[in-house]
Amino acid sequence: MTPLPDAEALYGELRRQVGAAVAQHPADSVHLVGILSGGAWLAERLQTDLGLPGRAGVLNISLYRDDFDRIGLHHQTQPTDIPFDVEGRHLILVDDVLYTGRTIRGALNELFDYGRPASVRLAVLIDRGGRQLPVAASLCAATFEVPDGQQIVLGQDDSRFVLTLEAA
Amino acid sequence: MRNPQLNRHGELTHLLTLDGLPRDIVTHILDTAETFVPLAERDVKKVPLLRGKSVFNLFFENSTRTRTTFEIAAKRLSADVYNLNINASSASKGESLLDTISNLSAMQADLFVVRHSASGAPHLIAQHVAPHVHVVNAGDGWHAHPTQGLLDMYTIRHFKKDFTNLTVAVVGDVMHSRVARSDILALTTLGVPEVRVIGPMTLLPGGLEHLGVRVFHDMAEGLRGADVVIMLRLQNERMRGALLPSPQEYFKHYGLTQAKLALAKPDAIVMHPGPMNRGVEIESAVADGKQAVILKQVTFGIAVRMAVMSIVAGASNE
Repeated sequence: MTPLPDAEALYGELRRQVGAAVAQHPADSVHLVGILSGGAWLAERLQTDLGLPGRAGVLNISLYRDDFDRIGLHHQTQPTDIPFDVEGRHLILVDDVLYTGRTIRGALNELFDYGRPASVRLAVLIDRGGRQLPVAASLCAATFEVPDGQQIVLGQDDSRFVLTLEAA
Repeated sequence: MRNPQLNRHGELTHLLTLDGLPRDIVTHILDTAETFVPLAERDVKKVPLLRGKSVFNLFFENSTRTRTTFEIAAKRLSADVYNLNINASSASKGESLLDTISNLSAMQADLFVVRHSASGAPHLIAQHVAPHVHVVNAGDGWHAHPTQGLLDMYTIRHFKKDFTNLTVAVVGDVMHSRVARSDILALTTLGVPEVRVIGPMTLLPGGLEHLGVRVFHDMAEGLRGADVVIMLRLQNERMRGALLPSPQEYFKHYGLTQAKLALAKPDAIVMHPGPMNRGVEIESAVADGKQAVILKQVTFGIAVRMAVMSIVAGASNE
């Protein structure tokens, strides 16, 4: 099977696309929001590398999942933290892998409970196909087909990103 | 016998008591509550977890604060909430507890929050309901008040971070206090090395030593070096017979004054489950002082009750 793409190379491509998107708006009206955990790491590093002021937002969508009735509430890592006013701002929602689209639906619902953003764009490192909802990424570093039953996992090794393929 | 609060997967499906509740479940509840605390700062304070679920608040005994915080918690989880003041309805017409529950279950209840003057009533209900229905004990007799115990633990963890180096003093009418029982069980479960109980002989139950606590009758001695002081309400309405000479006499020996609080550590926190009897168990200057975290307890209580309800409601019913 095709080897996994190099995570750092993909990150470079994502940084280029996000940087161009950020530049379309006045600096104080655009914010990054990362979905825990991979998306939050990406957003944090993009925030630094692009020299954006303040902190990126962090979304923990576990309170907005659509499968609560089946899987219940799992151990929490870190709460949602949106350190800016969402109302009227341009948001770039960041995640590592786009798959069914259900996570993004939950993330949008949660974001709108903080206010009405002017726009939301989705930036992902990898689009692996398999969508179950009408969701598309506006910014995407690569598409990569992954068979059902497997998942791509973003990890960090000495502050460098690494991708691995694991059994789901 | 299986712990009646856990399903066969070991998940919490009812919260009845903190007795025998494993430490990892207690910690899971506290961690989950932490994700709910920031919701109070948002414009929209609700999350959709319990959307479409019906929560019945069954209060067979009066309560304002506990019932209200459960109601707020359920509403912030997007549940539909029904408050039943049973004193004024069926029970007074002679309907049995289990018949009341069967009738409410037929109205598609998903979760019962129960307060009852009889110890064990929530256990009885939990044994009676269908597997997809959950029961949370909001205080039963002298037995348990597990969500108060958990919100007290949340408050202690918030201010003190680590349980394993603390000295915690529980002061007052321990005999009639379900809060004291739940607090002591939770403190020992979480590994607090020194739990002290302070009170007059007539208000302390026998066998406290078996719960792993140190008993003090002299308040000054018991407060010395404490990190946390939990004051209990003098349960006037529960008092049967003359266990105390007078409230004034009680205040003199066991009321928390600034002078007595000075014997605890300088950064000690003062807690109280409410409602407070100012001038009986606690001096106003202490209750309103900067070491008091009593109103924080109320705020954290909402997040803790949200955590409990969402965890039990998410337990598998297979």
